[in-house]
Amino acid sequence: MNVHDPSAAARPNAPTTTYRYDEFDASFVRERVAEFREQVRRRLEGSLTEDEFRPFRLMNGLYLQLHAYMLRVAIPYGTLTARQMRCLADIADRWDRGYGHFTTRQNLQYNWPKLIDTPDILEALADVEMHAIQTSGNCIRNVTADHFAGVAADEIEDPRATAEFLRQWSSLHPEFSFLPRKFKIAVTGATHDRAAIMAHDIGLRILKNDAGDIGYQVLVGGGLGRSPFIGKIIRDFIPRADLLAYLEAIMRVYNRYGRRDNKYKARIKILVHEKGIEAIRNAVEKEFASMDRSVFSHDPAEFARIAAYFAPPPYESLPAVSATLQAARNDNPAIDSFVAVNVSPHREPGYAIVTISLKPIGGIPGDATSAQMRTLADASERFGFGELRVSHEQNIILPHVKQDDLPALWRMLDAAGLATANAGLISDIISCPGLDYCSLATARSIPIAQEISKRFSDMSRQRRIGKLGIKISGCINACGHHHIGAIGILGLEKKGQESYQITLGGDPTFSAAIGEIVGPGVGAEQVPDVIEHLIDFYLAEREEKETFIDTWRRIGHARFKDALRREGEDGAYI
Amino acid sequence: MAAFKNPQILLASDLRDGEVLFLGTSGWERDHRRARVAFDAAVASELEKIGHAEYAGNRVVDVYLTDVEIEPDGAPAPLHYREKMRIKGPSVRRDLGKQATGG
Repeated sequence: MNVHDPSAAARPNAPTTTYRYDEFDASFVRERVAEFREQVRRRLEGSLTEDEFRPFRLMNGLYLQLHAYMLRVAIPYGTLTARQMRCLADIADRWDRGYGHFTTRQNLQYNWPKLIDTPDILEALADVEMHAIQTSGNCIRNVTADHFAGVAADEIEDPRATAEFLRQWSSLHPEFSFLPRKFKIAVTGATHDRAAIMAHDIGLRILKNDAGDIGYQVLVGGGLGRSPFIGKIIRDFIPRADLLAYLEAIMRVYNRYGRRDNKYKARIKILVHEKGIEAIRNAVEKEFASMDRSVFSHDPAEFARIAAYFAPPPYESLPAVSATLQAARNDNPAIDSFVAVNVSPHREPGYAIVTISLKPIGGIPGDATSAQMRTLADASERFGFGELRVSHEQNIILPHVKQDDLPALWRMLDAAGLATANAGLISDIISCPGLDYCSLATARSIPIAQEISKRFSDMSRQRRIGKLGIKISGCINACGHHHIGAIGILGLEKKGQESYQITLGGDPTFSAAIGEIVGPGVGAEQVPDVIEHLIDFYLAEREEKETFIDTWRRIGHARFKDALRREGEDGAYI
Repeated sequence: MAAFKNPQILLASDLRDGEVLFLGTSGWERDHRRARVAFDAAVASELEKIGHAEYAGNRVVDVYLTDVEIEPDGAPAPLHYREKMRIKGPSVRRDLGKQATGG
């Protein structure tokens, strides 16, 4: 069924191109809320100890952080409807502190919920077909996907049908609810990787073989954290019919051989690293060949049913170029900059993909107030078929905007403080919450992002610098993806002080690479100076059209390191 | 037990709302300045025992001692930057946490 009814598309809260719960999904989530409500009641009355309760709350996305509990809400493959976004805003106002934090797993975190309110929050989420299941714990986490899914000009197939298929397979899978460690899967269907699939436990790349059949390249053993690895290809091509069975085989091998004696060595990346990809491939292929695959037999009708939810909305036939937009760009430099930086090509003529930056200059990366969430919901309904996406870069995407509507959309966003034209530029910084919120953090990360953003506040300078990913983590767990930032910043504790280790050369795409350390850690107040010096060096060295990472690759890490060291002789840097 | 080097106070999180609490002379306090300070290992051990009993009684979670110094007004102030953060709230949102209410 294509739930996208053209006649309904213009109405508020019109159904959009997203998965809708069926009766089973709805009752499953409701039952889970009721179960957690009872667990909370038993915890508060004292019949469950914290040790007994902790696994239950974690499996429902509830952490205990530095100042309060934190609830992580799953946003499957980052896709949201306007109605869901409004619900997230309402929850922020009613049970939290009026804002939420969009994460690098395309999820949303509330930083101040009370334990006693959590069942009511989950009930409110269930009303809009959302939950917080498996956003924590040693299970398969929220499956992520390309945030341009379904609209990217370079796409072979929309990855969301596969992601939803995997979400249903992995939700409360009895064999994989108590894995050695957490497990993350990402899917892309495009020729450019926007989902960082090579930094995941399993990365799936949708491909078409010579016969024209759709299948998947399967990567395994990628991951960040204290031991970062780039995923390795375990299968060049697995037909769709065998996908679930093959993934089941990988999970079984991991579940059987993954280390449980040391949590720091328990991820599948360590197993792949220690045993070697050949040995893991052999074990998986053996399991795949010997297992009863009939229980995983592909049901094309079921896949088609799921895929139909992601059918394109009813686009109008439009000219490829909008005269209205061109006139607005000519009249208003701010609109021109916004379109040049935050708007991407759409596969449909006359439409555009809009990235709405949650990185205002000096702001907190990924945070949105409830008012901004409502503006985003309104904007999506007015201009984009009521659909939004959350990117792993902690921005919001409107995937279907008519080019003619871009000027009006810009005015709406600008009024809400949401029109910063910095997507992909130096101030579009990925940052984990760090020690401002997180109990695992060893240093703050948000203030570092804010200071760098302020240092490079001149937007024309940002555009001169070009595409550049700065990624900041407040501890070795690497939620801020620092290993795969062109410039990565890791906050650590050194002699009782916050210290920041800087890496260069990380890459989250198909040319994935782990960044290399550039020198000893520096204090927080030095970080913007170090970044600025690196940028100045890059600008002096770059050749025409090179990005930062291009120049770093061409001239080598040592040149950048030397540049900082020379400054260090004057006591300025490292 | 680690060697006793500095005065200490006992922190925990409220089971119901997760807010940071400090063990005072007559129960849990939400203001660290009202925390009971252990100036020797014996008192620190006593605080820990109370904390463990409160944990077992399901009133608090995440109970631990932290080193402090004593400010001129007599109030304890954490030595480590992590706990300095916990007694105030997020440094990037001064309108939130204990700092927002003068805590």
